[in-house]
Amino acid sequence: MTDWQPLWLSFRLAFITTVLLLVISIPLAYWLAYSRWRGKAVIEALISLPMVLPPTVLGFYLLIALSPSHLVFTFTGLVIASLFYSLPFMVNPLLSGFKSLPPALREASYTLGKSDSITLIKVLLPNIRPSLLTGIVLSFAHTIGEFGVVLMIGGNIPGRTRVASLAIYDEMQSMNYAAASRYALVLFALSFSILLIVHLVNHHFSKPDPLS
Amino acid sequence: MIQFQANKTLLTAAGRQQMDVAFEVKKGKLLTLYGPSGAGKTTILRILSGLTSVSSGYIKVDGETWYDPRKKINVPTQRRSIGFVFQDFGLFPHWSVYDNLRYALPKGEDPHLMHELIELMELGSLQHTRPIFLSGGQQQRVALARAIVRKPRLLLLDEPLSALDDDMRHRLQDYIVKIRKHYELTTVLVSHHLPEIIRLADEVIWLDKGRIRQQGTPEKIFPGSAPDSPHLILSPRTPEP
Repeated sequence: MTDWQPLWLSFRLAFITTVLLLVISIPLAYWLAYSRWRGKAVIEALISLPMVLPPTVLGFYLLIALSPSHLVFTFTGLVIASLFYSLPFMVNPLLSGFKSLPPALREASYTLGKSDSITLIKVLLPNIRPSLLTGIVLSFAHTIGEFGVVLMIGGNIPGRTRVASLAIYDEMQSMNYAAASRYALVLFALSFSILLIVHLVNHHFSKPDPLS
Repeated sequence: MIQFQANKTLLTAAGRQQMDVAFEVKKGKLLTLYGPSGAGKTTILRILSGLTSVSSGYIKVDGETWYDPRKKINVPTQRRSIGFVFQDFGLFPHWSVYDNLRYALPKGEDPHLMHELIELMELGSLQHTRPIFLSGGQQQRVALARAIVRKPRLLLLDEPLSALDDDMRHRLQDYIVKIRKHYELTTVLVSHHLPEIIRLADEVIWLDKGRIRQQGTPEKIFPGSAPDSPHLILSPRTPEP
């Protein structure tokens, strides 16, 4: 019998992380795209750091940082770690989306008396839909694929922090190849379908809508 | 009445140059900014709208100060009563023509003017079309309608009729004359089109390298006699229809 709990935990973690990342990253990417503050390059570099750092480095620092708060080895701790780990996968697509918009869109909205937030919600975000979708999907998929960070912060506790990627490793260690293969196959099929959908949808967005 | 004075370093293709311009426009009058590219025409519109900052200067519109660094006043673009027609239109691509105009209409405002504009600009059959499917001239008409729909105190037009054919250009010029009279819209127009300037402008400022070279009525600026008159330079390209 396959234990579905690790898969369910992975999805729950990825879903919560993606929703929170969306809420955090929209204002963050907006600020990075339009702020004239010179020091923002430092923030951009910090956000992208998890893309190049070994997950164990991030895991180590997060472990140190979270230890006093008793969040280590809890699901909440996993969510916090995932937010840092997947942040660039949400912020970077949104940032390039904002940067690719013609400045006249934002300026035209301002000249019509609309505030920054109305302009963001009604004008800018609808025009970066492909970037939003890319950010959502990449963050979701990347969180599902976490291994090093979740191992260090979560500690592989069944039912609490033992996500699918850890379960595969566990089953492998106990030579239970059939179970490992089932988890691996689900993750493989899911990741492939997600990326396929992103490419198909972005392809659709890049063509003008003939119905309008 | 607009009182405008601005100092700014312009970065042009020819390098840095200092802009130093001051002028006044009486209420309901139309001022045309004329001159070669890089002279600072669009920059003046952007400064008036608050989209571009200046090193020093002041802007006062109908007695209300929009910009005065000495008094630490800089009214944000959103709170300046302006209608701006951008050179590249700045239409919102995800909305239909109708929705573009509707967004511009202030909350609680009577949509009567919007419907009137749709009719006058002959946008009725296009109102459910998105801007990407419109020609340059059609987009320009939408941009003009959208700028006027909120009845701004100051209308800023950056070559608003350049993509139109002569017939439509004439009709819209007539319309601009009419709507300006009706709403007493003070207007600053950037234009290269001499017949248009003669027809619409109450006053012309001929800018060159960030400074005012000549200022006066169209008849004074374009008598067609001075050897370096822009009329002589431009007349072969823009014959009177």
